[in-house]
Amino acid sequence: MEIPYTITPRRDTGLYNAKVGIWLFLASEVMLFGALFSSYVLLRVGADFWPHGLLNIPIGTFNTWVLITSSVTVVMAWASLKMGNFKKGRMYLGLTILCALAFVGIKTKEYNDKFTHYAIRFKDEAGTSAFLKEAFGNDDAATKAGIVANTYGLDEAKRPFDVRDLQITGHLEGNPRFWSLAKLNASKTETVQFMPDAPQHPRHAKDGAEAKAESHEHKAHTVKISDLNYLSAYVPKHNTYFAIYFALTGLHAAHVIGGAIVMSYLFFFGGAMWKTQPERLTNRLEVAGLFWHFVDLVWIFLFPVLYLL
Amino acid sequence: MGDHSSPEQLKKDIRVYMTIFGALLVGTVLTVAMYYVHIASVWVTVTIALAIASVKSFLVAGYFMHLISEKKVIYATLATTAFFFLALGALTMWSMHDFPFMTTVNGK
Repeated sequence: MEIPYTITPRRDTGLYNAKVGIWLFLASEVMLFGALFSSYVLLRVGADFWPHGLLNIPIGTFNTWVLITSSVTVVMAWASLKMGNFKKGRMYLGLTILCALAFVGIKTKEYNDKFTHYAIRFKDEAGTSAFLKEAFGNDDAATKAGIVANTYGLDEAKRPFDVRDLQITGHLEGNPRFWSLAKLNASKTETVQFMPDAPQHPRHAKDGAEAKAESHEHKAHTVKISDLNYLSAYVPKHNTYFAIYFALTGLHAAHVIGGAIVMSYLFFFGGAMWKTQPERLTNRLEVAGLFWHFVDLVWIFLFPVLYLL
Repeated sequence: MGDHSSPEQLKKDIRVYMTIFGALLVGTVLTVAMYYVHIASVWVTVTIALAIASVKSFLVAGYFMHLISEKKVIYATLATTAFFFLALGALTMWSMHDFPFMTTVNGK
């Protein structure tokens, strides 16, 4: 049986069917992402502290450009087919797929950076102080504020903060992924080598202590697991921010991958249809393009919301 | 943008696409620049960021997705979506200070 209205518009809608179909699908997608954005708003206003500056902004900006570029190339691919130029259209489609792969690749790198970034918390204040003195030569209020800034951003560091909640961020030697206190206890690990991030505040700029803090950075310090009551990578369960960050960007990345698969199909197998039904292939690409622009559109909101605000 | 039937019209459209491409890149730079300028008021920051994002999404939806000149059935679909999307937002606002028991630290 032949599928009706793949090329000719229906009299009542004035459109070929797939176009109505993709818009109905996109309408449902708006609600899906809308629900998650609403969750984000609720989580954020309900949080006592909302972290800032935990993501890499230059990389995020670059990835935004990559996705915007792919939106332009896919519309160019469609326009080329519309003008009867299959070769040019295929070239633009190929560029779009490359952009999609680049986006996913960069996102993977960003995810990996989070999975290897850790926060630890000592059982008591004495443990925290001893560690700060060893790592930064100081456990004064400015150092602690700098440590808070690493976890929550500079603005939050100005607020009063319970030192028992102080989390020290940094990396573990060998950059392992997904380690947790439960995992380390299960494997009977007694110590880890922890390289703390330097406190964000310029502490005593005038006497050159900043430079001193610099020199302490990236030096590994032995931390006893039995002294800690928290150790976690930046994974979804680390805090609400990362939970919603991974939920939103993960769902978005799944859309990017889905779009890339559809466009790859058109890229590799579109040639046969072009010979027999060029208009139908053009319409297919238009529909794929509409989905692709939607994915770009979601990112246009995700980027400022998660990286900048 | 017409019905995209003639090659002349398409060539004109492509020029529009390129202009929008530039605008989107610049829009991204503006958003990021705002982060580094660091405005004191959270609400001003959020408003500007969402305003830039809205302009960008208007350009993508309006021109790349051809919503500027689309058929009625699609406008009707999107109007319904907009209604439910806004309803969802309204419900969120409504429940903003009404958290389930034991889900906040300081009992806000």
